Amino acid sequence: MSEGRDHRAYWRANLRIMTSLLVVWFLGSYGLGILWVEPLNAYTIGGFPLGFWFAQQGSIYIFVFLIAVYVFWMDRLDRAYGVD
Amino acid sequence: MDVQAWTYLFVFLTFGLYIGIAIWSRVSSTEGFYVAGRGVPAIANGMATGADWMSAASFISMAGLISFMGYTGTIYLMGWTGGYVLLALLLAPYLRKYGKFTTSEFLGDRYYSNAARVVGALCTIFVSFTYIAGQMRGVGIVFSRFLEVDVETGVAFGMVLVLVYATLGGMRGITYTQVAQYCVLIVAYLIPAIAISWKVTGNPVPQLGFGDTIASGQNAGMFLLETLDALHRDLGFPEYTASFIAGKKSMVDVFAITAALMVGTAGLPHVLIRFYTVPDARAARWSALWALIFIAILYTTAPAVSAFARVNLIQTLNGVAYEEAPAWFSKWETTGLIGFDDKNGDGHIAYSGDAASNELSVDRDIMVLANPEIANLPAWVVALVAAGGLAAALSTAAGLLLVISSAFSHDLGKSWLAPGMSDKRELAVARGAAALAVVGAGLLGIFPLGFVAQVVAFAFGLAASSFFPALVLGIFWKRATREGAIAGMLAGIVFTASYIAWFKFFAERSSSADWLFGISPEGIGSIGMLLNFAVTIAVSLATKPPPEEVQALVEEIRLPRTQS
Repeated sequence: MSEGRDHRAYWRANLRIMTSLLVVWFLGSYGLGILWVEPLNAYTIGGFPLGFWFAQQGSIYIFVFLIAVYVFWMDRLDRAYGVD
Repeated sequence: MDVQAWTYLFVFLTFGLYIGIAIWSRVSSTEGFYVAGRGVPAIANGMATGADWMSAASFISMAGLISFMGYTGTIYLMGWTGGYVLLALLLAPYLRKYGKFTTSEFLGDRYYSNAARVVGALCTIFVSFTYIAGQMRGVGIVFSRFLEVDVETGVAFGMVLVLVYATLGGMRGITYTQVAQYCVLIVAYLIPAIAISWKVTGNPVPQLGFGDTIASGQNAGMFLLETLDALHRDLGFPEYTASFIAGKKSMVDVFAITAALMVGTAGLPHVLIRFYTVPDARAARWSALWALIFIAILYTTAPAVSAFARVNLIQTLNGVAYEEAPAWFSKWETTGLIGFDDKNGDGHIAYSGDAASNELSVDRDIMVLANPEIANLPAWVVALVAAGGLAAALSTAAGLLLVISSAFSHDLGKSWLAPGMSDKRELAVARGAAALAVVGAGLLGIFPLGFVAQVVAFAFGLAASSFFPALVLGIFWKRATREGAIAGMLAGIVFTASYIAWFKFFAERSSSADWLFGISPEGIGSIGMLLNFAVTIAVSLATKPPPEEVQALVEEIRLPRTQS
């Protein structure tokens, strides 16, 4: 495989990773914390209404988790394509 | 020892530490001055980014704001953390791979246009300057309240300190003082939070504590948030955990403000420049992760502090006879941050959501600053909060100063006004620009213009509507052209700035019914961003594609390591 095609494959894989993580980012913050906060508040975990918990705690943990997944995933991808 | 003695001790020790680091890390080249020689390890850069990002507003004001907003405070919690996901995935590794010194420089090269670079530099200066004035003000406030010196003296002292370590050490000095400042501010934030959580609920982890049950007193056994909602109902405030009910922001507005703050975060020049200081693109990704971890420690604690402070405030003051109010009340009353107006003349404090019968006025800043006193914590904890507030304000001020100075000397100076400047000369100009910026910011701290608080909405709105789309499209869409980017940035800036200016300055008495789609000026940057994207794409498609070498540059920055 030529170098150029290899780089294109690397970039496409990168875009796939990025897109899937951004979908989770959107659903985890705007979805759970804003759009669906009212129905979620019908449930509680401990003393937290669930929607409120996602808005003020859960979303931030999701953000940290997403960047962690990205960092590890990209490290693997870099090695697989020998661009690291 | 009393609070003041402890405060002097802590301030003296921490300032000595910052100066010591500055002397140890002084620099003599532009690469050292602008980007710390690109030798900062990812974890240290993450910590420095945390301190850079968490300003006087995050440390002093945010928990108090959330305390009064309840659920709606989410706009700050998500808005000021979620942007790091965008930074890590869309910008940081690529900007680091591109290298060089500033974000505007990237815009200039990618859009093969000096005009794009100059527009970027001017936006950088404007955004950073509005932001820095608030920091110097924060320094002055902490000095005047805890050390009982004038705001002027406090600001002057802070100016001299930042001047020494920012001009001496440049980015390297700033980075390592920020690492120290992060440690000071996070300890100062966590200790009172843990103590209060322990005291109220018996749970030492504040993140869990505010979802726990109250340990003692009249509401023992009830969930804290349940109690808070009940107190709010009784006093006529909208329920704390409720989302879009009357008296709170609408869903559309919460959505738009959160988006504007997130995208604005990812477009702020002083945050972006931090990722130029690490060795490579991989380290840029890792330092984004470390940065968000360090930021999340404070940001997940803040809403707990808000809830505890709110319950404490209501329970210790509402219905209490003014004569029997706790000692901290009269102390803070003299600063004007808390006030009692006995409207019904019964000598008791009545706190109410109804403005006509409410007798207690509370400034949001008091929630963090007076929290240790309200909870009866020892004097050294109170003093620690002062040192933490200073660390938060100074670290952010220094980071902003550096981008202002590099925008002047590197983007406006070297590329445009005085090309061919030697490295040594450019360094001198950068130091001079930093010194001038400190003095300017200090003056704004001493003589605050009434509109400084208002223009903070500009900082995020402009960063969201100008930089973010230009940077993202520059990396992810090779077809984006010079004409498209400039038209897009101008459309975004003009739309956002005029919307904010209209509602903040000219139509102050207009109501939310007049807002476009129900979006407040704070959230309009998200629409400005969409407009920028749309205009850039449309104009790019109608103009000639970028030259070969620019397309090659884009190919190149997409790979983490330069290919031979």
